[in-house]
Amino acid sequence: MRLLRNIGTYSIMIGKVFGRFTRWSVMKGLIIKEIDSLIIGSIGIVSFISFFVGGVVAIQTALNLNNPLLPKNLIGFATRQSVILEFAPTFISVIMAGKVGSFITSSLGTMRVTEQIDALKVMGINTYNYLIFPKIVALLLYPFIITISMFLGIFGGYVASIYGGFCSSGDFIEGIQLDFIPFHVSYAFVKTAFFAFILATIPSYHGYFLKGGALEVGKASTTSFVWTSVLIIVTNYIITQLLLTS
Amino acid sequence: MITIKNLNKTFAGVVVLNDISTEFENGKTNLIIGQSGSGKTVLLKCILGLFGIDSGEIFFDNKSFQKMNIKQRSIIRQEIGMVFQGSALFDSMTVEENIMFPMQMLTRKSFEEMEVKANQVINRVNLINTNKKLPSEISGGMQKRVAIARAIVMNPKYLFCDEPNSGLDPKTSTIIDNLIQEITEEYEITTIINTHDMNSVMEIGEKVLFLENGNKGWEGTNKEVFNTDNQTVSNFIYSSNLFKKVQKVYRNENNN
Ligand SMILES: Nc1ncnc2c1ncn2[C@@H]1O[C@H](COP(=O)(O)OP(=O)(O)OP(=O)(O)O)[C@@H](O)[C@H]1O
Ligand SMILES: [Mg+2]
Repeated sequence: MRLLRNIGTYSIMIGKVFGRFTRWSVMKGLIIKEIDSLIIGSIGIVSFISFFVGGVVAIQTALNLNNPLLPKNLIGFATRQSVILEFAPTFISVIMAGKVGSFITSSLGTMRVTEQIDALKVMGINTYNYLIFPKIVALLLYPFIITISMFLGIFGGYVASIYGGFCSSGDFIEGIQLDFIPFHVSYAFVKTAFFAFILATIPSYHGYFLKGGALEVGKASTTSFVWTSVLIIVTNYIITQLLLTS
Repeated sequence: MITIKNLNKTFAGVVVLNDISTEFENGKTNLIIGQSGSGKTVLLKCILGLFGIDSGEIFFDNKSFQKMNIKQRSIIRQEIGMVFQGSALFDSMTVEENIMFPMQMLTRKSFEEMEVKANQVINRVNLINTNKKLPSEISGGMQKRVAIARAIVMNPKYLFCDEPNSGLDPKTSTIIDNLIQEITEEYEITTIINTHDMNSVMEIGEKVLFLENGNKGWEGTNKEVFNTDNQTVSNFIYSSNLFKKVQKVYRNENNN
């Protein structure tokens, strides 16, 4: 029952986000600010995690390749597959649910408890459009982050394999070109697009409709993280079922 | 002038405002007093349209808000200035940007025109050397002034202030009170102020509405409120020791 009501309120919110528009001269600035904090601000942590997790994936694969009959290029192959299919789009999105998601929830939540949202409303502004639309637009650039993650993940695997002496540079590069299916990249970016929308709107919902004070802002950030990641995981399952099994 | 007729408001079945009818005149400072939780903020937000009401009618200069369409409502909204309980300044914008914001969103003024107008109201509320500062970098009293400046920058016909002097020292409170009263008279606006502050009641309570658990407990002027027969109002007004002393002096004066 409560879930149904939440879904209802969420849908109405999305409708209003695309309702009466804020004038472009103001919106332009808001979008640039959101790109700066949501996208540019995440590149560092995403690069760091991708590089090292890519490395770990390569090492794990190498350590499990006990059978001398298996070709060494499997390391590059396995790294590429796991990074492109799951690690970059899904795992990074869950991390972003923590970073970007709780940032969105707490900043909107703070605006709610300090009555800044009411102040905007009193001025006759469509607060949904003013506050949430720029976040959605900024996250249109999210695939850019995932691309960086894919690249650095594979690069991390390469560095770890060479540095750890698991295979030669040639083997690894051969591996990452082996049986390459371009559709896998499309699949990854379709997922990314869905995740971007979830990342922008679910945390916004939790912040915008917050009730209470500073304590609730903290709680809402946690709830928002849980729901955002659950939705990402579920969406991932559905899209994978739809796109990869047939 | 704002007229309220038989306003009722509940939250999830709990009655918060019960059959309130009253009138707030223009050019006057109208005060709403009452204990914490008595419904002052809710009443103000109902008048503002931030909360929907269960029944009743609210008139802005004899035009019913409930009978207006969305467009007419947004025109009324632009004639309202609001000072929130916690100032509600946009914390990512400087003082000057905060004050220019309503003009930026709602008018077609050029940047220069907006700057001139902003500086006019900044001078009006006596803010000095704060234009480029963020709200977090100025004191609470200054934040209130910025909030007032932002509320009056569009030349509103209606000004609402939710506890404009909570958290301020007595001297700054008086300055803020006087500022609001001067602006009210100067521009002939209808001002409604929520307050706990008995000093404000004494100084600027040209009309006082006392709320008691969501009911209209009493109304009158500040001249009447200090020697009313209504026991609840009297107990509320004279609940602090300072005002108990004032009451004694008052009685002595009246007896002589
Ligand atoms: N959004 C809301 N949802 C549910 N109940 C609310 C809401 N806002 C206020 N209330 C309830 O309405 C009643 C009146 O609250 P209100 O904020 O108007 O009090 P107040 O007179 O402004 O108090 P204070 O002087 O402390 O600001 C309280 O019992 C409060 O719990
Ligand atoms: Mg209040």
